[in-house]
Amino acid sequence: MTGIAAHGAYVPITRLPLSLAAGRAAVEGGPERAVGDYDEDAVTMAVTAAIDCLTGIARESVDAVYFASTTYPLREKQGAALIAKALDLRRDVLTQDHAGSLRAGTAALESALHAVAAGALRAVLVVASDCRLGAPRGALEAKLGDGAVALLVTANPVARFEGSCSRADELQDVWRIEGERFTHTWEDRFAIQEGYTPNMIAALRGLLEKSGRCAEDFAKVALYAPDERSAGAILKKLGFKDQQVQDPLFGRLGNTGTPFALMLLAHALETAGPGDRLITAAYGDGAHALAFEVVRPAPPRRGMAWHLARRRAVASYDTYLRARGLDAVEWQSGADLGLSATIRFRERDADIAFLAARCTSCGQVHFPKPRVCAKCFAKDRWEPHRLSDRRGRLLAYTFDYFFPAAEPPTIMVMTEVDGCRVHVQMTNVRSVDVALDQPVEYVFRKIHDAGGKPNYFWKASPLAEATHG
Amino acid sequence: MAESIRDKVAVVGVGACQFGENWDQSREDMIVDAAYEAYADAGIDDPQRRIEAVFAGAVYPREGTAEIAEALKLFGKPISVVSDYCQTGTDAFRFGAFAVAAGVYDTVLVVGFDKPKDRGVSGPSVSFDRVRGLPATPAGWFSLCAARYFETFGAGREDLAKIAVKNHHNGTLAPKSMLKREITVKDVLEARIISWPFGLYDCAAQSDGAAACVLTRADLAKSFRDDPVYVKAVSIAVAEHPQRDPNFDFLGWKPTVYAAKDAYAQAGISEPFRELDVVQLHDCFTLTELLTYEDLGLCKKGEAKEHVASGTFQLGGELPVNTDGGLKTFGHPTGATGVRMIYENTLQLQGRAGPRQVPGASLALSHNIGGPPTTCGIAILGR
Repeated sequence: MTGIAAHGAYVPITRLPLSLAAGRAAVEGGPERAVGDYDEDAVTMAVTAAIDCLTGIARESVDAVYFASTTYPLREKQGAALIAKALDLRRDVLTQDHAGSLRAGTAALESALHAVAAGALRAVLVVASDCRLGAPRGALEAKLGDGAVALLVTANPVARFEGSCSRADELQDVWRIEGERFTHTWEDRFAIQEGYTPNMIAALRGLLEKSGRCAEDFAKVALYAPDERSAGAILKKLGFKDQQVQDPLFGRLGNTGTPFALMLLAHALETAGPGDRLITAAYGDGAHALAFEVVRPAPPRRGMAWHLARRRAVASYDTYLRARGLDAVEWQSGADLGLSATIRFRERDADIAFLAARCTSCGQVHFPKPRVCAKCFAKDRWEPHRLSDRRGRLLAYTFDYFFPAAEPPTIMVMTEVDGCRVHVQMTNVRSVDVALDQPVEYVFRKIHDAGGKPNYFWKASPLAEATHG
Repeated sequence: MAESIRDKVAVVGVGACQFGENWDQSREDMIVDAAYEAYADAGIDDPQRRIEAVFAGAVYPREGTAEIAEALKLFGKPISVVSDYCQTGTDAFRFGAFAVAAGVYDTVLVVGFDKPKDRGVSGPSVSFDRVRGLPATPAGWFSLCAARYFETFGAGREDLAKIAVKNHHNGTLAPKSMLKREITVKDVLEARIISWPFGLYDCAAQSDGAAACVLTRADLAKSFRDDPVYVKAVSIAVAEHPQRDPNFDFLGWKPTVYAAKDAYAQAGISEPFRELDVVQLHDCFTLTELLTYEDLGLCKKGEAKEHVASGTFQLGGELPVNTDGGLKTFGHPTGATGVRMIYENTLQLQGRAGPRQVPGASLALSHNIGGPPTTCGIAILGR
């Protein structure tokens, strides 16, 4: 039996009210979309979703990471390897990037299912993440959303894989040329009528036929949907009832692209019970549908429900533009400054994997790892101590308006975690909500663009009290 | 314990260029202005013969020792440049004093200089040399103590503001200071925030500048001038990194505590508040001055704000601090600052400080603290 053993998801805390994008005042409670903050991209969101997925699961057990995205920032250099390092996985982990199409997420999932079914790998972490851009004030900007999902595929699943149906097609309805920042679409009606609708119907119909099921056998269909009406029409045509449709979260999340259908699947898993059958289906240069049967309740995670409930509207449309680097600014981003790849390499255990060191003589934890212990002065007696899944406490703070940033002030904090001091930036928080001694967790974020490349490090984030709903 | 440096070395000449945004001055100009004033002060008219070695301090040196040799046309002589954050000037002075005390040279020049204003940015550079070494602004480093100190001792931005007001006043009395403008507590509190709780007026004025002094053997001092000033102590200490030290309490900075203990022992001082007559301390930020009153042992931990309120450290108070305006208004060319303090304390001890003179001053302390902060230099001079 092969399938999904655990899920995790990530939706950024910040939301863009669609009224702001339309040039009007923000409406509280009105439609909105999720939008990554200035220090987030497809990689940081993927890492956060993956950590959610791996809660309570030994990191050493993961054999492979398949990363799916159309917006990974580097054209040459793997995202999956970076994610594996941030997760502190084994060095012999198999890493793959899946890209080029919004179907990359389900494609990665299907590859993982086959590898585990074949016995080649025992646990494959599938992570899909996108941070797509529509041109400012354009129609697409209001439809898109940012987010990520992670699914762990093993032979001991909570949702057993039942079968799939994939269909390839060639038409130029949604695309982005190398070097361009914005996704483009051909006329909507063409894309829906000649692309989305026939391909999705064919894939879903094929799935039902191959698996010998009919529409009423399924509890939920988690369907990639470019808009509410087109998806509804397809499901109705295939005989699905309204209550079988997994809420596509229009006006709350937005179309997150590669992870979209899988995020809806994760959302469905959070409330599904044994015996429930679920379909997830993605679209892009064809369509791809997969069916699962829930055999036991999914392990509790923050997942979709928790992240959807945690939200904060951006202060202004300009804030959104600056966060996504769409506004001309004079601040020194550091992009023209060099950064030594050698130093990055040497410090990757601290910077990416967030490994501190515990002195095996006296137990004191230090970050970053020194050679000589400052407490007992023992030399070179260290074992790695991962901080990324630890909780800390805020000891000191300042709001630095001088530090060059898209949205000053940069909130600088000193935190204490496991007796060790860690000096980091703080994110996901407004200055007025920072307080001495507040509990924090650590999140993987983009820290600057020195060298013209994204550079990543960990930041403190207020420890959200509500976990697992 | 080894022998103290006390009374082995004398300061016989001091000089400083005009501090400020010296757009039309090169480093050579500033070094020459400061050194030649110190030569004249020491009665030296043949420096190429009399100066045997140079100990320089600079945080942004570009050409190492060559620019000092070229500026002063001192060739065939040993020249060293030290660099240790804001403590650089005091460390250059320490090397000079120790070299003379060791008997290796009779007479040396100490010069501190820096010219940050050629970089096209206001304030210190933000470094991007590695991934996590961020954000690296000194305001961000020093302000980390504020919230915890405020909460523990009930202090606030108003207490800091009074320090800025004092130093702005003192700066108006120093001819070579950068800023000569009185300000009010309201001005300080309403200024734009740089790094909370520091507003613009809580931060030292970064400037260009150079300062110099001539050191000689104590037994030769009176051949230069009849009112030499003697080195009573010079000490530096490097402490645990406050961003990593698991015992750091955010209420004071250890480098100062360590260096002060050693300096007082060298000088034979047991009650610093009573024995010292004037203090120049490193007010890179107002909070640094507030905590340093305590770290130097001038008052008990937590009581500094009461002394700020009562005027203890003002001109005319019991122990005037930063009589020339300090880093705040005299200016802070990093490598020059420690030597500028030697310049001011020497003038004070010789009764040459004009309207800011502390009457009868006979024992003076100067203090630098630098880095995140990790390093401190203290020099004590006396008559």
